[in-house]
Amino acid sequence: MSDDHHHPRDVSPIEARVHALEELLVEKGYLAHADIDNFIQYYEHDIGPLNGAKVVARAWVDPAYKERLLAAGTAAIDELGFGGPEGEHLVVVENTDEVHHVVVCTLCSCYPWPVLGLPPEWYKSAPYRSRVVREPRAVLAEMGCDVPDGVRIEVWDSSAEARYLVLPQRPAGTENLDEEALAALVTRDHMIGVAR
Amino acid sequence: MIETAGPAAPPRRNGELVFDEPWHARAFGICVTVLEREGLGWDAFRRHLVPVIEADPDAPYYDAFAVALERFLGERGLTA
Repeated sequence: MSDDHHHPRDVSPIEARVHALEELLVEKGYLAHADIDNFIQYYEHDIGPLNGAKVVARAWVDPAYKERLLAAGTAAIDELGFGGPEGEHLVVVENTDEVHHVVVCTLCSCYPWPVLGLPPEWYKSAPYRSRVVREPRAVLAEMGCDVPDGVRIEVWDSSAEARYLVLPQRPAGTENLDEEALAALVTRDHMIGVAR
Repeated sequence: MIETAGPAAPPRRNGELVFDEPWHARAFGICVTVLEREGLGWDAFRRHLVPVIEADPDAPYYDAFAVALERFLGERGLTA
């Protein structure tokens, strides 16, 4: 890297190739830069774990909804208005006193976009993808998620056929909170299963 | 309205940006735009992504993504 800040920064070869692809598609008149901007804007700002948090909070306050959610994830999530790409085969798995669920995609980066947005970098990293299957308890502990010895850990490998969302346990002492306040307690990491 | 400054608030995911580099966002944006134009689901791209990752599991994710994107666009006849 040059330390001369008057020069443009170095562009990696792979970055240059992506830039060339975009320019080619624009030159051909196939798409406009603004089309790409719009999609990026949507994925950065309009979908994210807040959607999933609303689903979890609804399940915590409405037992009938929870039953539908666990029976048919995509349909129940659609009830709250969340759907779209990567939301076709949503499967919700419920944490209990006996079992803790954690989600991975060992092959690539499958992830339930409508409820969690796009996956974080670590989710797509080789160490997480390979190790969480082999030694989930150790990986979770390294991520600050201590699963008690008496609790079984189940690892769910996302695929083209199923995208998983973890339904965390409702924290103790939240009996007086309404749905909105409950949703604020739920994080992305809870719904991937790397936090409790 | 649900509080959007809470732990699950967009656009940052628990404090992390969705894309680490602007070109990651461009690569992703090209991909989803083309999928929509072509009327295809993510799996049409995933078929290219999985083998690229498999060939070099430790490579950075978006490096693999970019290679898969070139192949995908090539298959659709969009790079000729």
